[in-house]
Amino acid sequence: MSLNIENLTVYYQTLRGDVQALENASFIVADGEIMGLAGESGCGKTTLSNSLIMLTPPMKWIAGTVMLDGKNLPIADESGMGEYRYKKISIIPQYAMNALNPTRKIGRMTGELLHSRSIDYHSRLPELKRRIEMVKLPADVLDRYPIELSGGMKQRMVMVLSTLLDPSLLIADEVTSALDVSSQKAVSELLVEFRNQKIVKSIIVITHDISILYQIADSILVMYAGQLCEKASTGSIINYPRHPYTKLLISSLPKVGVKYNEHRLEGIPGSPPLLLHPPEGCRFRDRCPVAFEKCTEVPPFIEVEPDHCVACWKES
Amino acid sequence: MLELDNISKTYRIGTFGGKELHAVSNVSFDVRDGEVVSLIGESGSGKSTIGKMILRLLSVNSGSIRFDGVDISSFKGQELKEYYRKVQGVFQDPFSSYNPIFKADRIFDILHEEFFPHLKGRDWQAKLNGSLSCVGLNPEHVLNKYPHQLSGGQLQRFLIARALLLETNFLVADEIISMLDASTRIDVLNLLAECKKEGLAVLFITHDLSLGYYISERAVILYRGCVVEMGITEKIYNHPLHPYTQMLMSSVPRLDKHWEAIEGENELNRKQTDVTSGCSYYSRCPQAVEGECNVKRPILVEIEPGHSVACLLVRPSSSTPVQKVAS
Repeated sequence: MSLNIENLTVYYQTLRGDVQALENASFIVADGEIMGLAGESGCGKTTLSNSLIMLTPPMKWIAGTVMLDGKNLPIADESGMGEYRYKKISIIPQYAMNALNPTRKIGRMTGELLHSRSIDYHSRLPELKRRIEMVKLPADVLDRYPIELSGGMKQRMVMVLSTLLDPSLLIADEVTSALDVSSQKAVSELLVEFRNQKIVKSIIVITHDISILYQIADSILVMYAGQLCEKASTGSIINYPRHPYTKLLISSLPKVGVKYNEHRLEGIPGSPPLLLHPPEGCRFRDRCPVAFEKCTEVPPFIEVEPDHCVACWKES
Repeated sequence: MLELDNISKTYRIGTFGGKELHAVSNVSFDVRDGEVVSLIGESGSGKSTIGKMILRLLSVNSGSIRFDGVDISSFKGQELKEYYRKVQGVFQDPFSSYNPIFKADRIFDILHEEFFPHLKGRDWQAKLNGSLSCVGLNPEHVLNKYPHQLSGGQLQRFLIARALLLETNFLVADEIISMLDASTRIDVLNLLAECKKEGLAVLFITHDLSLGYYISERAVILYRGCVVEMGITEKIYNHPLHPYTQMLMSSVPRLDKHWEAIEGENELNRKQTDVTSGCSYYSRCPQAVEGECNVKRPILVEIEPGHSVACLLVRPSSSTPVQKVAS
């Protein structure tokens, strides 16, 4: 059992009150699992991933525990996490393309990064070169400045850096969103390759693009407005979704082969609630076509089938 | 309605503008009345440049753009204003199209002053409300608000409403839904399709192939400023002939099919050679023939009715997809 999150609740502190960005999240990511995390912007995907790495104000830990490989992660303790960050749990941040220091050659920057973790650059160099070869970057990339690389190349370089210390869990936050379709495919397939070569044990892939997840993820967790909606294997989420939000979301995605005049797709009317004072109960209630009185209570996130968890009163 | 005839655009780059970048070279296509044409390409393929040239935000280096038979570069003053009455654009990022200090509906006031000075308050309000409900917004909910109080989808629909307030019959839609969430993007797309029924012609610029298929009749595939394939959407999607289009089609993440392990072109094993003459796709093409593709520049040839390809390896006689040439 690689990652086990229980009842994790994280709020943002603002002058007008707490923004309830992540509410009672409980789920497990198994060893060797690539879990996709999908949802609209503002649903708490990035809050969830950032709280696992670096929980700094205005983020505030409210409740819940995180276990990684059987050990408790002190996520609320910023300095205590130093031991785990990068070594056990690592992140490829959103806009990773801008994460490289433009004033340093990539090799020197990597050296500084390793030095900050008290690791000798030269002892790691052969492995670094092997990894660079694995992602098919030219060998002289360490002597170049970031500006000399294309977006896809920078993204791959950051992937190598993030995984250099063989973390147990890798979080990939929107790694493909800014790339072209051909680079998108190359980068996504590399993520799978990192898992297959056992460089990282498990991966959480955060994206709003469900069709990418269908290609690479083993399971998908769908979030809405800070609450978990549904988690199941990729095939079940795409083909047999059970939560009304997942159903509407999947059916609104245009596919190659669907034309407007033959088959008109429908969006989801309405917009997500503000999380400053979110409505009681299920937060999808206002946009849900099957909502009823009971939805004013928060539905539990329970297993309705083996490995298929849903938070909806209609399903439990 | 709108014809692009052999247009090119060259940007000066480098410290002193000494180098040239051919953003668009010799592109010709046309958009007919009430038709949606999607312009598809990767970043840097020149698709936004074409959109901006149509809107006269950029000048054309050679060739001409004709709107209803008249060259648009000749428009000045009042004529240009009349042109903008008919041709409008909506861009990618709805959040940066507004001034955050002012209320979002300020964009309509500017329009009122400039284009409809004769309309009095109540008539204008009625026209505005009509246009807003046409894009699926409730005027009471959205007027008198600041940009941060509205969602991305609402702001984007505001911009479309503004474009439709004029007697617009041509809309340049540059990546208008890539910033929107999955649950709202389809509504904006449906809205465009509704407007099309009313006779609006749209140039739909996108990098997302499934969106292009959903809405457009014809598609133009661009690579590095050159048209590599164009024609009826179904023909291009079902039988892509150019190696670049084939690669694009196989890389699109789909919900009904897993990526196949395709050989050849991939961002990871790109040849690092850069060619100046010959086919612009030569350095990435898995099927390229040395001594032919890097010497001769292919021209757009009609392979079957309504389907043209610019590739030396696709010949009109064989309408089957290109076979892999042994290297």
